[in-house]
Amino acid sequence: MKKTIQLLASLGLMLWGVAHAETGSGTGVGWGALNLPVGVTETSREIHDLHMLILWICVGIGILVYGILIYSLIHHRKSKGAVPAQFHENTKLEIVWTIIPFLILLAMAVPATNVMIKAYDTDKVEKAQMTIKVTGYQWKWRYTYLDEGIDFFSSLDAKSNAARQLGSKIDPTTVEHYLLNVDHPLVVPVNKKIRILLTAADVLHAWWVPEFGWKKDAIPGFVTDGWIKVEKPGIYRGQCAELCGRDHGFMPIVVIAKNDEDYKKWVAEQQAQQQASKSDASKTYTLDELMVKGKEVYKSSCAACHSPEGEGTPGVFPAIKGSSVALGSKDDHVKLVVDGKNAMPAFKDQLSPVELAAVITYQRNGFGNNKGDVIQPSEIQAHQ
Amino acid sequence: MFSRFSKSSHRNRQVDKHELEKANARLVWRIVVIVALMFGFGFAVAPYYDSICAYWGIGGRPKGPSPNIGYSVDESREITLEFVTAVNGAMPLAFRAEKAKLKIHPGQYYSVKFYAENQSDKKLVGRAIPTILPISESSHLKKVECFCFSEQVFEPHQEREMPVRFVVDPEVQADVKDMTLSYTFFDITEQTQTNQ
Amino acid sequence: MTAATHDDHHAHGPEKGFMRWVTTTNHKDIGTLYLVTALIMFFVGGAMALVLRAELFEPGIQFVDPAFFNQMTTLHALIMVFGAVMPAFVGLANWMIPMMIGAPDMALPRMNNWSFWILPFAFVMLASTLFMEGGAPAAGWTFYPPLVLQGGNHLPFAIFTVHLLGMSSIMGAINIIVTVFNMRAPGMTMMKLPLFVWTWVITAFLLIAVMPVFAGAVTMLLTDKFFGTSFFNAAGGGDPVLYQHLFWFFGHPEVYIMILPSFGVISAVIPTFARKPLFGYSSMVYATAAIGLLSFIVWAHHQYTVGMPLAGELYFTYATMLIAVPTGVKVFNWLATMWRGAMTFETPMLFAIAFVVLFTMGGFTGLMMSISPADLQYHDTYFIVAHFHYVLVPGAVFALFAGTYYWLPKWTGHMYDESLGKLHFWLSTISVNVLFFPQHFVGLAGMPRRIPDYAVQFAEFNAMSSVGAFVFGFAQLIFAYVIYKAIKGGAKASSEVWEGAQEHGLEWHLPSPPPYHTWTSAPEIK
Repeated sequence: MKKTIQLLASLGLMLWGVAHAETGSGTGVGWGALNLPVGVTETSREIHDLHMLILWICVGIGILVYGILIYSLIHHRKSKGAVPAQFHENTKLEIVWTIIPFLILLAMAVPATNVMIKAYDTDKVEKAQMTIKVTGYQWKWRYTYLDEGIDFFSSLDAKSNAARQLGSKIDPTTVEHYLLNVDHPLVVPVNKKIRILLTAADVLHAWWVPEFGWKKDAIPGFVTDGWIKVEKPGIYRGQCAELCGRDHGFMPIVVIAKNDEDYKKWVAEQQAQQQASKSDASKTYTLDELMVKGKEVYKSSCAACHSPEGEGTPGVFPAIKGSSVALGSKDDHVKLVVDGKNAMPAFKDQLSPVELAAVITYQRNGFGNNKGDVIQPSEIQAHQ
Repeated sequence: MFSRFSKSSHRNRQVDKHELEKANARLVWRIVVIVALMFGFGFAVAPYYDSICAYWGIGGRPKGPSPNIGYSVDESREITLEFVTAVNGAMPLAFRAEKAKLKIHPGQYYSVKFYAENQSDKKLVGRAIPTILPISESSHLKKVECFCFSEQVFEPHQEREMPVRFVVDPEVQADVKDMTLSYTFFDITEQTQTNQ
Repeated sequence: MTAATHDDHHAHGPEKGFMRWVTTTNHKDIGTLYLVTALIMFFVGGAMALVLRAELFEPGIQFVDPAFFNQMTTLHALIMVFGAVMPAFVGLANWMIPMMIGAPDMALPRMNNWSFWILPFAFVMLASTLFMEGGAPAAGWTFYPPLVLQGGNHLPFAIFTVHLLGMSSIMGAINIIVTVFNMRAPGMTMMKLPLFVWTWVITAFLLIAVMPVFAGAVTMLLTDKFFGTSFFNAAGGGDPVLYQHLFWFFGHPEVYIMILPSFGVISAVIPTFARKPLFGYSSMVYATAAIGLLSFIVWAHHQYTVGMPLAGELYFTYATMLIAVPTGVKVFNWLATMWRGAMTFETPMLFAIAFVVLFTMGGFTGLMMSISPADLQYHDTYFIVAHFHYVLVPGAVFALFAGTYYWLPKWTGHMYDESLGKLHFWLSTISVNVLFFPQHFVGLAGMPRRIPDYAVQFAEFNAMSSVGAFVFGFAQLIFAYVIYKAIKGGAKASSEVWEGAQEHGLEWHLPSPPPYHTWTSAPEIK
């Protein structure tokens, strides 16, 4: 009997979960729900419907199978004086329960095929209006807008990054969108068919935003594709879905969908910023200017490993305070930050020359290092 | 089913022991052959997989240049071809295409330039691996001339221009509107040094 | 040992002491060795799972570095698959197959000894990687390149471990096939074999077909890393996706290697306690064979997100859905066997019923993820984790529990402690659902698998899951104690053990415990 209760309880829990997910969806949040999000693309909606269809078919079969089992467990027990029958085959019955499941599967295969054909329609029927190349790195994403020439890296935001360190003593519930927030989100226009080209620079990754309805592997050396057409402005969050090493859990995806006007504004801003950073690079800065800017860059790009106070993580990540690099020759320091070495990533693509100059200056003069020298963006460019 | 059997059947195992051992050995050898074949099968799959991919045109693997045949140009159709470049790992190479997109007619030959600059003080050897999308159509993009057919050597700080000449076969599926030609450069400097 | 037993070569007992176990060629001894090893590895792999669940109890990283977390996920899977479930079924096969088919021993007793004694060395080697620079393998049990090639010094050791485990499994499989084909008692035709023997024969063929492919694939990883080949390296004209095809060509049958013998155990337990013959014997055999064959043509359903052509996605969808048909036949046959039986609910039967219920649950989610478009969402989430744990824990592991309780009185000659057995059952069954059921929800809601930390909205279900894990883990100590107690003593078991069991198999015609050598003169089946 306990068995029965437990069974009903678990079935009930499942149904409850489904019901709640239905009411919780459509708000654009979806993440807190207990079910697949309905999402904001045609593909995701169709996949959600397909998922619910199969789920209900399974629930139906489940009720039948478990019902028969429960009836049998209650009535055909020896303690109730049941006398065992001796039948052990029934060809008709066996044919029936081979054919019927087959027909049910056939019925499932038809909508499954239709949805799959649509999900694969990257470049037929409707022409894509823009293309974004997404590159997976250990452990960040890079977004390149093929048409607009915008190109940037997107990594875990500084707050989550600080909180997720072993023994950080920061309560994750106090961090907004813990592990699901990035420094530079991907921005896309709504209601445009966008081709997503996926590749990776080191190992396999997979790009997944549940609200868009699909994920696909990013494979080094090859390019795979998918498409989205976001129907509603909003912020959509996802994560890397293919084990890619130590920080696989810490390379989220954030996509902001804007209406056409806002999107165009954003593009203009980005392009202006890229122009500005080019002209900024030819200027000469004072130590104070660089220190202010450097502190900001340090917090978002370095503090996670080298600690906010420059003390590093003993045995894993070296300290910057009093380090031989920060107090050594300028050239070596620039080379290490720009080109990377072992676990230290190369920052040349991630930071602008101004940011690089600022953060290196900050490392050489902050934390009581007081080396007293200033690195200008022009020196970074000379190195590159 | 097993309630009725006699325990008294004295089949003397000593007598057929020899026979049995021979039969066992025969069977073992047969199975060992299967095991060996399956081990070989794993390795045989590698070239077979390549040929399947080549057959379906998956991935647009560097198969060498296609013959320069004349197609009838289909001016009624226009396909947008995107050029995508990528560099694997930390290879110090700046790699870009002359343009991001090109509108093409099936059957017409086009040339596009790619540029790569060695940003380091050392000699670099690279190999470009192409992908053509959509995968179902990739056998229809035919490259007559491509830097991906051979290793590319870059002297320190050298910038090179690398042309690709190609045609999209008019047999490409009628509803295809976007195609992608992508190259990823891999650093093979170390491998080529150890081989020399 | 009395002087009298020395005259009769066949009647002599085991040697004394440690050397008995090192040099033994007796199928019962080797079966025991396998089973004990499997139980130990079950606790080792379980302890690793508890490290994972402790870290996942709440958001934030409290106990282990993410890199170590990845090592634990990898080792947990490798040890549970190759160290616990597979050796346990080989142990059952060793003990039961000769007794079930009326053979005096396995066909190749010395090879049997080797195939066991390879295992401890393999596991010591695998464990040693934990102490190497860069730690143990951390790329998941699937060893996907290029990530696996980034690892530290462990790679050749991990790969050599796989080679050894593969050799051991292949030798075990050869032994089972030869034994069943050549050593059956007169009158024991193939269609009279107990279903456990049938499922093992089919499993053995799967092992022979796919273990060499896996060995080949990891060998290619090794040559890619150290000898400059480019099987999986795009730079040299290879393709990392090729590895995935090779791995899952092995990996999917491997899943059935773990579940088919479970079907065999359940098909032995249910008829005994329903006091009825197994319903649809021949359709059970055909269904098992069908599942075995289908397992070779569905592998890429593990790779729906890899960018296959549409035709490939659809083909693998249809082929995978087909597996539901023979699997359904099995479940219906078990139901029909229980229908109008006279059931009693001793511990083996309880575990068998829980198997039918919970394995079916895993079957449902399996059907859901066979649908490729839906799998684009499910892939690599906790929904998948919930699915395969439902088929492997309340599936394969519960079948092992059922089999152990079922045959334990036969092996030891003592009845086990029924109330402790029932306690073990209820704790395990409730906690396994608390452990894995919530994972369906977090998976659907968007939690990827193989992550050491997660967004706060997943916190409640993960906490629940962790509580379930610890209860489940500690409940297994009861199991170990029940076995220990039955070995040490207890009520004497009759040769039949279970009421009417002699109807269901030859092993119940032997004394409990059976003498060291059994069926030295073959029974003749009528």
